[in-house]
Amino acid sequence: MTQLKDSYGALAVKTSMLFIAGLLLFAPFLFQDVRALEVAARICIFIVLVASYDLLIGYTGIVSFAHTMFFGFGSYGVAISLKQMGPGWDAVALGTFAGVVVSLVIATVIGLISLRVKAIFFAMITLAAASVVLVLASQLSQLTGGEDGITYRAPDLFKTANKLMVDDNGKVVRWFGVKLNGKLAGYYFVFFTSLALFLVMLRITVSPLGTVLKAIRENESRAEAIGYRVVAYRTFVFCLSAVAASLAGSIYAVWLKYTGPDTALSFAIMIDILLMVVIGGMGTMWGAVIGAVLMVIAQYYLRDLMGAASEATASIPLLPELLAPDRWLFWLGIIFILLVYFFPRGIAGTLMTKGART
Amino acid sequence: MNKLAETIGRLGGVNLLPVALAAIAFVLIGAPSSWVTLTVAGLSMGMMVFLMASGLSLVFGLMDVMNFGHSAFISFGAFVAASVLAALGGWLDSDSVLLATAALGLALLAAISFGLAAGLFFETVIIRPVYRDHLRQILITMGALIVSEQVILAVWGGTPFTVPRPSFLDGAWIIGDVSIEIYRVFAFGIGAVVFSGLLLLLNRTRVGLLIRAGVENREMVESLGFKINRLFIGVFMLGSALAALGGAMWAGYETIITPALGGEMMIVVFIVVIIGGLGSIEGTLLGAIIVGLTANYVGYLAPKMALASNMILMMAILMWRPSGLRPAVK
Repeated sequence: MTQLKDSYGALAVKTSMLFIAGLLLFAPFLFQDVRALEVAARICIFIVLVASYDLLIGYTGIVSFAHTMFFGFGSYGVAISLKQMGPGWDAVALGTFAGVVVSLVIATVIGLISLRVKAIFFAMITLAAASVVLVLASQLSQLTGGEDGITYRAPDLFKTANKLMVDDNGKVVRWFGVKLNGKLAGYYFVFFTSLALFLVMLRITVSPLGTVLKAIRENESRAEAIGYRVVAYRTFVFCLSAVAASLAGSIYAVWLKYTGPDTALSFAIMIDILLMVVIGGMGTMWGAVIGAVLMVIAQYYLRDLMGAASEATASIPLLPELLAPDRWLFWLGIIFILLVYFFPRGIAGTLMTKGART
Repeated sequence: MNKLAETIGRLGGVNLLPVALAAIAFVLIGAPSSWVTLTVAGLSMGMMVFLMASGLSLVFGLMDVMNFGHSAFISFGAFVAASVLAALGGWLDSDSVLLATAALGLALLAAISFGLAAGLFFETVIIRPVYRDHLRQILITMGALIVSEQVILAVWGGTPFTVPRPSFLDGAWIIGDVSIEIYRVFAFGIGAVVFSGLLLLLNRTRVGLLIRAGVENREMVESLGFKINRLFIGVFMLGSALAALGGAMWAGYETIITPALGGEMMIVVFIVVIIGGLGSIEGTLLGAIIVGLTANYVGYLAPKMALASNMILMMAILMWRPSGLRPAVK
């Protein structure tokens, strides 16, 4: 990768990374409305989730459809323990730990059974496992709240009513017009834990382990011949990304104060992750950031645009149906297919090779 | 022990699994009449799943192409057939069995021809550019699945769709205290006909010979001068048409369908294909029957376990035979 250091494309990508990081860091001060903060927190969490998925699909070349399952384990772990034990850090810690343990066990079992065989088997088995867990979550309603999910209270620090700093009158101190309350603390909890997780994963990709993973992706039998135990490495990275996804799920559960199949387990999230990874670019951690930012913003704001477009074309048959806000996945799916055809390296990958001296 | 294994092998080996399953279930259920009903239900479900799964298995065996968008054909088949039946409602309501049969036949025919056309389109537009690249194949077919599901939602809407079915297929035969739904027998019959047709095609015709040879060793067939790509398009269209037919049959069986149908069936289809072993029609049939029977028996004995049972079954079989019961792909 040394030759890429000089390329202006890579520079552009890295500058935009700094820009995005800055925006996310100061998000509560820059965009002062509830929805924007929601978007920023979701972006942080999805960056971690997509980056951990990229470890699998981009770096090692394994396609798994069970990533939301691990995300869900983390979410439901925290949600159930907060619901049963009441708000408190001990509940968060226990739930996170339980989520990680369950994810590890399941990932090891699936990995050892199915990573030996063809990649396609693995994709099918993870898909089957994920859908069974999804159905189980809605069936075990006394534990998981079924389709309705669970609503619970986060630790007191993150309550909106909690005051971090008070002035002389006992009112919340404002900095640049932003109340220093629990909501802000919650956002920064999400931001810094996500950042830490992302940096850990970034470090892994440039470590010797990351190099072995790329070797496995490029040529499995050659990696085996050099003396690396491919199955062990694959299982390890599968477990690693499962743990990262599970931690991301736990953070999301603390932030959202609600966990249900739609926010933590549904197949729609898996499709989102896939789209983010492919749009951003497989095999670069930066791609995960770009993909997550673009997709989450599109999710929140593109639908409004499509609603307007749908009304504007109301006189033409079928077109308004396809332009309706609910059909936005249709267009994303088409973009997805085109991207896989023409830009299999995604935005970040394509940009980074631009101007590279080879 | 060796002798026992030999005897089992001579009697049919893994083919005996459904029989063993039925025998165990007979002991556990206790009541012969419910056992017969459940077995018939399981067999007919197995046959419908076989219709959906056979194409997937063959396509993979022949060309090493895994189509994650296969469930789109199932959904489209179900909705096309249901729409035709709904449009021909007058024929169904009339007392004439002939008209009702004609309506049913037209509906199934519409599903099949739609499957053929969609298969041709899918193969040339979606899959052709990504032969031999598994990662992109999975991604592209997944993308195609997303788009097709959205098209179904846009055309038929998200609300449940009631499927009318001919009155002569409604109801049940009652023999003693055993009741057998007529539609299930009908579904089993269609499945059996298709299976024998496929067997004949594969084992008795020249095209079938080429397909089997292609599954065994594609390069060799190509180097002998046969255009295997053309053969592959044919197999792909056939597989899509069968999936559409399976979807149509399933729509009549469920009588109320939603756009989520394809996704739900896809999991079962995957499990069947994995259990049976990729690339072989017999393996797929075996897997489908096992899954159908298990689903019905477990659904009766322990309803809460019904969904997990398929998964456990798959895990168990994979641990025993990592490439499925009767794989054709080495």
